[in-house]
Amino acid sequence: MKIKLNVWRQRSRAEAGSFESYAADDVSEDMSFLEMLDVVNERLTTEGKDPIAFDHDCREGICGSCSIVIDGRPHGPKDRTTACQLHMRSFPDGAEITLEPWRAGAFPIVKDLVVDRSAFDRIIQAGGFVSVPTGSAVDGNALPIEKENADLAMDAAACIGCGACVAACPNASAMLFTSAKISQLALLPQGQPERWRRVLSMVETMDEEGFGSCTNHGECMAACPKSISLDNIARMNRDWMRAALRSGRRAGSTTESAAD
Amino acid sequence: MKLDPTIPAGPLETKWDRHQLEMKLVSPANKRKYRVIVVGTGLAGASAAATMAESGYQVSAYCFQDSPRRAHSIAAQGGINAAKNYQNDGDSVYRLFYDTIKGGDFRAREANVYRLAQTSMKIIDQCVAQGVPFAREYGGVLANRSFGGAQVSRTFYARGQTGQQLLLGAYSALQRMVGLGRVRMFARHEMLELIVVNGVARGIVTRDLVSGEVRSHVADAVVLATGGYGNVFYLSTNAKGCNTTANWRAYKHGAAFANPCFTQIHPTCIPVSGDYQSKLTLMSESLRNDGRIWVPKQQGDKRQPQTIPEDERDYYLERKYPSYGNLAPRDIASRAAKEACDSGRGVGRTGLGVYLDFASAIERLGEPVIRERYGNLFEMYERITAENPYTTPMRIFPATHYTMGGLWVDYNLMSTIPGLHVIGEANFSDHGANRLGASALMQGLADGYFILPHTIGHWLATAKLEDVTTDHPAVKAAEAAVAARTQRLLSIGGKRTAASFHRELGQIIWDECGLARNASGLKSALERLPKLREEFWHDLNVPGDGAGLNQSLERAGRVADFLELGELMCLDALKREESCGGHFRVEHQTEDGEALRDDERFCHVAAWEYAGDDRDPIRHTEPLRFDFVNLAQRSYK
Amino acid sequence: MEAPARVTLTSTRIFRPLASTIALKVVMAVTGLVLFGFVIGHMIGNLQVYLPRGADGVWALDAYGKFLHEIGHGGAIWIARAGLLAALAMHIAAAWTLTRRSLDARPVGYRQWKAKQSTYASRTMRISGPLIFLFVVYHLLHLTIGSVHPDYIQLGVHHNVTTGLAQPLAGGVYVIAMLGLGIHLYHGIWSLMQTLGLAHPRHERLRRAIAAVSSALVVLGNVSIPIAALCGWLPV
Ligand SMILES: Cc1cc2nc3c(=O)[nH]c(=O)nc-3n(C[C@H](O)[C@H](O)[C@H](O)COP(=O)(O)OP(=O)(O)OC[C@H]3O[C@@H](n4cnc5c(N)ncnc54)[C@H](O)[C@@H]3O)c2cc1C
Ligand code: HEM
Ligand code: HEM
Ligand code: SF4
Ligand code: F3S
Ligand code: FES
Repeated sequence: MKIKLNVWRQRSRAEAGSFESYAADDVSEDMSFLEMLDVVNERLTTEGKDPIAFDHDCREGICGSCSIVIDGRPHGPKDRTTACQLHMRSFPDGAEITLEPWRAGAFPIVKDLVVDRSAFDRIIQAGGFVSVPTGSAVDGNALPIEKENADLAMDAAACIGCGACVAACPNASAMLFTSAKISQLALLPQGQPERWRRVLSMVETMDEEGFGSCTNHGECMAACPKSISLDNIARMNRDWMRAALRSGRRAGSTTESAAD
Repeated sequence: MKLDPTIPAGPLETKWDRHQLEMKLVSPANKRKYRVIVVGTGLAGASAAATMAESGYQVSAYCFQDSPRRAHSIAAQGGINAAKNYQNDGDSVYRLFYDTIKGGDFRAREANVYRLAQTSMKIIDQCVAQGVPFAREYGGVLANRSFGGAQVSRTFYARGQTGQQLLLGAYSALQRMVGLGRVRMFARHEMLELIVVNGVARGIVTRDLVSGEVRSHVADAVVLATGGYGNVFYLSTNAKGCNTTANWRAYKHGAAFANPCFTQIHPTCIPVSGDYQSKLTLMSESLRNDGRIWVPKQQGDKRQPQTIPEDERDYYLERKYPSYGNLAPRDIASRAAKEACDSGRGVGRTGLGVYLDFASAIERLGEPVIRERYGNLFEMYERITAENPYTTPMRIFPATHYTMGGLWVDYNLMSTIPGLHVIGEANFSDHGANRLGASALMQGLADGYFILPHTIGHWLATAKLEDVTTDHPAVKAAEAAVAARTQRLLSIGGKRTAASFHRELGQIIWDECGLARNASGLKSALERLPKLREEFWHDLNVPGDGAGLNQSLERAGRVADFLELGELMCLDALKREESCGGHFRVEHQTEDGEALRDDERFCHVAAWEYAGDDRDPIRHTEPLRFDFVNLAQRSYK
Repeated sequence: MEAPARVTLTSTRIFRPLASTIALKVVMAVTGLVLFGFVIGHMIGNLQVYLPRGADGVWALDAYGKFLHEIGHGGAIWIARAGLLAALAMHIAAAWTLTRRSLDARPVGYRQWKAKQSTYASRTMRISGPLIFLFVVYHLLHLTIGSVHPDYIQLGVHHNVTTGLAQPLAGGVYVIAMLGLGIHLYHGIWSLMQTLGLAHPRHERLRRAIAAVSSALVVLGNVSIPIAALCGWLPV
């Protein structure tokens, strides 16, 4: 099949970017989307042009590296499918496809379709953990966990940190990502001791990183390759309110200590 | 070069405890004076960096991905073993130890493997405490499954995402330390040189993949947790970025490379669909519990599988291995598939595939049961192939999956370069010639959480370390080497892309050093590979410059190292004139096609020493002594 | 790390949580709820315009208006007004701050963006809201102060409504405004439940239903009045 690509090219964060068009005439519908880009890049290279930079690693939908907005949808048209799992058969022959990077102030562009998602790491640093130094754990069966909660926690934990939620959100909000981690730990007994300081601290960092605010559009969930549920956002809001009421006074110092 | 495994004396059960007692300790107050570099943030690296930082060391960690959370460990699906015996089915530390030794076809060290089995239980406890959502029973207790042909249920799992959940656990511990300023994290940094000062590893040189800046980092100890080299085959189940560069730099500085030819090939992967193929996708082995593997009896039979009558099908595994049938071990199942395809009976457009048929299982159990058991796997298969496995048989083919070989380490996980420690898949230690399912995650976390943090203390407490700053001549030399190498890659100005060379390399390795190896094939590979390397350095085309993000440059550097490693693999395979585990020399097999070990001549680890670009590497051996188990011949008839 | 922390409310330790996105969303939700409550109550009151004169010849609506102005010696209404004003002010302030943040959060937009889950209502909150505000201003001048009313009578509420809304222009404004309000509330009510954490997988459908029904009621109830006035169906 033949296709035409309109790709956002930007040499570096500092420089201005623009759309470039490329034709790919030798595309097989069994190719994955990234394999199609490989082929285009091979050609560009042999033509002495600069190949299109894009993030990828596992190519099986689990590492969360790949991050391309394809025809106005993060990860492309197919539900619950990352860009690396998308196949060309999802596009008609002769299709014209637009490729853009995740667009968010908190995700500065590194090059072409590659963005800097380190803001997510900093949100986790603010409290996305259980403070249990190696060696201090009790036996795994010492804390029985209701299967339903274990499953809900697993649903939330399935997040691959790709950032499609931010990319899809009209407000560039990171509520779905942040709430997924907070929910996972809030649903488990291990997460209880730090539950309240965690939610205050992670939400504060989320704000500081410059993500937008959630107005409950639900686009994030629709774009999420792991269909992380909006219920996590509600759960996070609930926890945040309880935490703010409980420790309104201590909140300042809590976030301090977790941030330093 | 002297290979001293430094195995503690005494009975198997007490070696590790005793060793911990004998090792020198660094006092808590002094720990913060020591700097440790950890290259790699997979299960091994992240757990090690976090644990060492918790205990007080100044740690800096490096990965080439944009976040430590994306290390290749994330892709592990099946699960992680531990001798908890929660199922009360007779499991024990000793059984896990024995299964691992036997599974590795008696080519691993008893002491290391026993320590691994001992440590396995603490791993599960630690991960649970971190909030890893392992599967649970309705009673709230942890669930187990049996995996990789083990007779006990000792595998812990989190849906099909065990590696992801374990890594996110280690990653969160690491991020906690980063947040507290106890670990300095360098993401999108690639290690391109090892800094060795007077024979001791004292740092690394990295390239900032975003700015292109080449920078050196010095420390009192260096840890490599850089994963496996399966991508030498070009097509493998490994992530695209997996590479051998860090290990190869160390090798060239004198770290012995052990058993490079020990690679594992996984039988159930989705076949190649065309020459644009960039990687292969693994499907859980559990499929073999209900699927029947077959090929048409006559060659080049292009009929639709459903239309081929029973008596024209060859259920070759059931035929050859009646007792194990479709559940024959990984290496046997993989080899049988290749033979079927070589005999011209392979299926699919490329002829490189065999059927994994669920028709009879669906007949027997009904579609709902199958959907319930394998629904998500079937979905993944359909997503990739656009074929519905409920109606048409799946097509599968073997793919490189894991590399047992790696840098040689002693009982303290230290390589032959003092101060250089190697953990996880990057070292050669515990799996011998073949790894059991769900044991790699266990080993990575055992090394990182519970072994290295102690043994590295012994090194720091006993070593006499001179002061080294970044303007030490050895450091400058290392930086210069990186700059020169980068410049060389950029300035060849040929026509071929790194990927095209990589593809060609992979084909050679797969054909000659893959599932089945023989002397003549290996020799021919050893003639072709140097030529390919020649061509690479003359006709390579790397666009752009080193000043910013340049993925072609990264790729080229990795392929350059794979080209050299491939040669060492073939050499090692040629010199090991026996068959064991994943290493199958067709000259050495029992009459029913089983791997035939030669314990007289080859009951040892082969560790290769670099001797210069123009000289052949030197093969050293570490004899393997089996004082506690006796060597048995595997048979799965 | 570069953190474009836009400190909007206060950054003193104790009040820092109040600068949080979620704090502001909660303000939106709670004030939104108050305003919603007013709209419901106000509508019920207004529907009395359909009732005939009482035995004493006073229109029910006038009696109601008089009652409102007199309870608590005329104090209650001022308290209510103060409360409403405060709620509206906070609602708008929060909306403004959050909207600013969200716009800053995506400096460069997409060439192509396809909606999948969001609704027309959710995407137009920032338009429907201000529309309501403008309506309220006009509405106060029209029926409370009377300055834009052709023939305004103090406390002649029934008269003011029937004559005022009988004018095609004014009546039209009301009809349109009510549709805007309905749209704002449809997302608003669902959204506030989510914001206040009143969410559970099992109740998702229920929440959608509550939002749809209650906003529909508000629209129908309110719209009926200008329409009836325009068609001259109101008792005069
Ligand atoms: C598809 C698949 C499924 C698997 N399933 C299982 C399973 O079910 N059970 C099981 O036990 N095992 C499984 N394995 C094996 C297991 O996942 C790996 O062996 C294990 O995760 C390796 O972990 P590691 O920490 O040693 O290395 P990795 O996780 O590969 O991490 C390597 C790290 O090193 C970094 N790095 C590498 N080179 C450089 C460099 N030059 N400079 C800087 N950083 C560098 C990378 O960024 C990365 O952070 C599976 C493997 C695959 C491919
Ligand atoms: C068709 C629908 C409506 C009718 C017929 C109507 C009628 C009236 C009347 C007659 C008054 C004056 C009461 C008095 O001065 O004694 C009034 C006041 C008011 N109305 Fe409405 N109204 C309508 C819809 C709305 C809506 C939708 C809102 C808000 C969104 C609103 C907000 C107000 C406010 C704030 C006042 C001032 C109350 C006060 O005196 O403090 N009205 N309305
Ligand atoms: C009687 C008048 C109003 C009512 C009843 C009302 C009600 C609501 C409610 C219930 C919400 C949902 C809050 C949440 O998301 O949790 C909301 C959101 C919103 N309102 Fe209003 N509102 C009114 C007036 C206004 C006005 C005058 C503005 C103009 C600035 C406005 C702007 C917004 C915006 C932008 C939102 C979206 C933010 C969000 O959904 O969180 N509203 N409104
Ligand atoms: S919530 Fe979904 S979309 Fe957002 S980062 Fe996680 S996986 Fe990606
Ligand atoms: S799309 Fe955005 S507005 Fe909220 S619900 Fe999702 S974050
Ligand atoms: S490349 Fe790993 S998720 Fe797409």
